[in-house]
Amino acid sequence: MQDPTLTVIWALIIAIGIAAYVVMDGFDLGIGILFKGFSVGKERNMAMNAIAPVWDGNETWLVLGGGGLLAAFPLAYAVILPALYAPLIAMLLGLVFRGVAFEFRWRDPGHRAFWDFGFSAGSLVATFAQGITLGALLQGIEVEGRAYGGGWWDWLTPFSLLCGVALVIGYAALGACWLVMKTTGEIQADARRYAVWTVPALLAAIGAVSLATPFVEPQYFERWFERPGLFATIPMPLLVAGAAFMAWRDLRAGRDYRPFFWVLALFLLAMVGLGVSIWPDVIPGRVSIFDAAAPRESQIFMLVGAAVLVPLIAGYTAWAYWVFRGKVDEAGYH
Amino acid sequence: MPDAETALLLARIQFAFTVSFHFIFPALSIGLASYLAVLEGLWLKTGRDRYLKLFRYWLKIFAVTFAMGVVSGIVMSYQFGTNWSVFSDRAGPIIGPLMAYEVLTAFFLEAGFLGVMLFGMEKVGKKLHFAATLMVAVGTAISAFWILSVNSWMQTPVGFTTNAVGQYILAGSWFDVIFNPSFPYRLVHTVIAAYLTTAMVVGGVGAWHLLKGRGNKNVRAMFSMAMWMAALAVPVQIFVGDLHGLNTLEHQPAKVMAMEGHYQSHPDGAPLILFGIPDSEAETVRYAVEIPKLSSLILKHDPNAPLAGLDTVPEEDRPPVGIVFWSFRVMVGIGFLMLGLGLWSLWARLRGKLFEARWLHRFALVMGPSGFVAVIAGWITTEVGRQPWVIYHVMRTEDAVSPLAAPAVSGSLIAFVIVYFSVFAAGTLYILKLMAHPPETDEQPLGDEDSGPIRTAGITPASQIKGEKG
Repeated sequence: MQDPTLTVIWALIIAIGIAAYVVMDGFDLGIGILFKGFSVGKERNMAMNAIAPVWDGNETWLVLGGGGLLAAFPLAYAVILPALYAPLIAMLLGLVFRGVAFEFRWRDPGHRAFWDFGFSAGSLVATFAQGITLGALLQGIEVEGRAYGGGWWDWLTPFSLLCGVALVIGYAALGACWLVMKTTGEIQADARRYAVWTVPALLAAIGAVSLATPFVEPQYFERWFERPGLFATIPMPLLVAGAAFMAWRDLRAGRDYRPFFWVLALFLLAMVGLGVSIWPDVIPGRVSIFDAAAPRESQIFMLVGAAVLVPLIAGYTAWAYWVFRGKVDEAGYH
Repeated sequence: MPDAETALLLARIQFAFTVSFHFIFPALSIGLASYLAVLEGLWLKTGRDRYLKLFRYWLKIFAVTFAMGVVSGIVMSYQFGTNWSVFSDRAGPIIGPLMAYEVLTAFFLEAGFLGVMLFGMEKVGKKLHFAATLMVAVGTAISAFWILSVNSWMQTPVGFTTNAVGQYILAGSWFDVIFNPSFPYRLVHTVIAAYLTTAMVVGGVGAWHLLKGRGNKNVRAMFSMAMWMAALAVPVQIFVGDLHGLNTLEHQPAKVMAMEGHYQSHPDGAPLILFGIPDSEAETVRYAVEIPKLSSLILKHDPNAPLAGLDTVPEEDRPPVGIVFWSFRVMVGIGFLMLGLGLWSLWARLRGKLFEARWLHRFALVMGPSGFVAVIAGWITTEVGRQPWVIYHVMRTEDAVSPLAAPAVSGSLIAFVIVYFSVFAAGTLYILKLMAHPPETDEQPLGDEDSGPIRTAGITPASQIKGEKG
């Protein structure tokens, strides 16, 4: 039997893992999305060097999201993944191109333009697919017994495409602000220009998704407009608009560090909003975290490990970021 | 063929394709990570420049290999759910935690310290950098530990019971699940295989440059190290492989029957079939070249011991014989060729001709990629040999598959084939390009060549200038 308290703890751990992935690989993928907008040579090399030492660690949170879901909520993993087959495969293939480009572009200057294209297209496809995945999950998945019961094009709706576009804009904003923080000179000026228009675009995208969400599933409407959700509904638009405005203002004021953290705050607010919509379901409207949870023995076994290891991981990941702190230069780290 | 059957077949092909491709990279990166740690350790201990230069040389190759391992590995972690969802739901409570431990103890460790290992030497200093290299090496080994534990549990499942909704859940202790009966053998056999794969690659590259007359002290050092590895580790591997086989005989006798081509039972001593063409229709091995009673001697340590054949296994529970029979012979054959290489190198070394014996170098060059072939052949032996079960005698492969339409799976399979062949072929080409020039006496750290074109051969004035800077 499963334990409700442990189930809630595990839901929070998975949520934190996904949040960590979104913000950390978000800026990597965002730089990939904007990559073609930077001039060939010095600018692109610097953009790459701004994430080269950390992207692999960032992507590992995605594996934790998948592995953690399998371990803690096997039923959810078994239903969601086949339901989102096409976008997930597209995401994985996009990540293949994105990941190898980090090495391949240096190894083959003759085809660097091709791998740069792969880096940027791979990042775009992976991000768009992640957004579609989120949208398809939010709009609901057919469940039959303990398996996915729908067709293999069910994920494709205007709403899921909207979420895809929104995430592309969001990651681009994160990536642009990361570069504003990590670089100087021309590339920083370019990144700042991109950030200045992606941040308001992100605000619009969050607004559009938020307005559409209550209508794809009546439950969301109830959760947002009845207590206790109402306590989030009232301040949320103000907080989101405030964070976006602060990011925009700091970008315009020539600040390097603050805009990234304001956009980070925007993402966290959006994820809190998602939490209000979904909680306590893992497959909205169909399967709750309590239906999907692994048995108690599995939950405890992993919790012991997570309690020890997650702080340790946070520690050495922070150290790795610290080693590569400050502004990057063109020629790489040496 | 009905749609569901087609979808199952496609899903199996896709899994076999993606896992085989994936396995190539860790087979090298597990060994290379340890080799790099040894090289850096030797450099710190002895201060000899050649170890630093070799470290820098293999680090570049490691970086490309590792990147391909990472991206093909993420595919695997999602494919359990996308294509084998029934398996994921049922087995998730047992294997899920082990895989989560792999992420927490291995993947983060590797990824977290990889950046410092690749780019951080001058930022953190020698000692911390060595610590980072060690962490990456340890991470690759821990990763092998967990994923092979999962695989072994699927081969020899213990310590579980079935709950009301059909999930396999813990009954007993996690220790029993993790250290299930086939795990220790599989772990040791696979990790040594990774080390030998690396040794063959390093030896092959060294031999190439020796043959090309570019045998500088770096080349000699790496060739010598690789040949020591071949001489010392291959005999151990053959011994461990034998133990692993005996373990398989105990827990998965049908797999051994397929490996041996034993369709019929042999009540008084089974022959060892060296070669032949298995015919599952007629339940016989055609054109068999066999040595009487040797199979019983090897497997039972008694030439007259009875050995059961596939005729004792219900037809629906038998693995495909042809594939297993041949993949097993390929693996064993390469193992003995590696043994030959190791012994030959010892002999040449004793005579003081290790760096002059051109036929030895030619042999080592040919053996360069042999480790990959052996690893994949071994993997096919164990994975096809446990069919038709995904969890041995617990869950059939056909019952594990996701309820996906055949067009969806064929679409993804085609995409995987195109992307993997093009991307990983390019990666392999880049690795070969790196290997094509010898580890120079002014070998540059990773990153230094980044802003300029790579030197493919010789020393140019430009690289000398950069050498002074580095």
